[in-house]
Amino acid sequence: MAQSFRPTSPHLSVWRFTLTMTLSILHRILGVGLYLGTILFVLWLGAAALGQEQLAAVQGFFGHPIIQIGLFLYTWTLFHHMAGGIKHFVWDTGAAFGPAEREIITLATLVFSIAATLVVWAVFVWL
Amino acid sequence: MAELILDKRSRPKPGKTWPRPEGATNLREYRVYRYDPDTQENPRIDTYFVDLDDCGPMILDGLLWIKNNIDPTLTLRRSCREGICGSCAMNIDGANTLACTKGMDEVSKGPIKVYPLPHMPVVKDLVPDLSTFYEQHKSVEPWLQTKSPTPETEWRQSREDRAKLDGLYECILCACCSTSCPSYWWNGEKYLGPAVLLQAYRWLIDSRDEATSERLDTLEDPFKLYRCHTIMNCAKVCPKGLNPAKAIAEIKKMMVERKVA
Repeated sequence: MAQSFRPTSPHLSVWRFTLTMTLSILHRILGVGLYLGTILFVLWLGAAALGQEQLAAVQGFFGHPIIQIGLFLYTWTLFHHMAGGIKHFVWDTGAAFGPAEREIITLATLVFSIAATLVVWAVFVWL
Repeated sequence: MAELILDKRSRPKPGKTWPRPEGATNLREYRVYRYDPDTQENPRIDTYFVDLDDCGPMILDGLLWIKNNIDPTLTLRRSCREGICGSCAMNIDGANTLACTKGMDEVSKGPIKVYPLPHMPVVKDLVPDLSTFYEQHKSVEPWLQTKSPTPETEWRQSREDRAKLDGLYECILCACCSTSCPSYWWNGEKYLGPAVLLQAYRWLIDSRDEATSERLDTLEDPFKLYRCHTIMNCAKVCPKGLNPAKAIAEIKKMMVERKVA
């Protein structure tokens, strides 16, 4: 007898998202985000290498509110992806797998990245 | 490539709302995934009302109450009703667990939503096809393998070595963990999944087993083992409180250790 059609059971649409799962997905998305941010960074470095005039032009471009938001998010992406990397490094040693530890270490990456981003922007941009 | 959205024929449609039991005052609403392979229709979500005054406290009690009193066509697997056979694994209230050990009172207010284990081929209603899962289990050769001559009596093991199997041997292969894993959802044909890897680790660290190296060779593969990204759903849903994520991390460590050794 030929195998009849079998539907695939629902997955993402019925799953109750958890912190560890959400940040795991976010880690991947931010990995892509790092590429985009790096384009801005290279643009700035390249302009600085070319000369004063070019640097001033890029600085002006970076002053645009949308690019500012982009740079802010890039800062957070850098910090969060780094914290995520450290979290995965800890997990690779076999540590922090307990029901409480795994939540704490995951939440810590989020708290750290937001705090570090605010500090960096406060010190280098806002103040 | 991962298919994040269900194909058209797999998408559940709104189903039938079955009448409330007459005279009952203490009701609990169930929304249950139904699929009838004998029709060409899409799966649907049926709504039932369970009379709590006439029914046991667990989710499974409610499902069987529906089957006995409202709709005998509702199809599900169940056997031991005490969390040791693993038959009634399903997706309840957004996470996988055993219907027999999950209380209705653990699902905070609102309807109790019951689906089959996620991202599996559905045979009927709440019954998924677990053939691939069992094949993968078979592929890790989950039995004692030895090379030294068989002793006159049993294979001896120290208390300490025996203790290393705690937290592993209790696995009942219900597949809650594997089907909770997004990596397994997207790569279920190639990635072995948490349950099978926990079983693999159970034999890797058994002091009596002498095929450790061959077992690691089998797992040394970009997909079989390394699709685990420590998402942790497996450890969160295990109805036996085991930690497949940790077991997988230990296998990864064994891989590194034998390379540097």
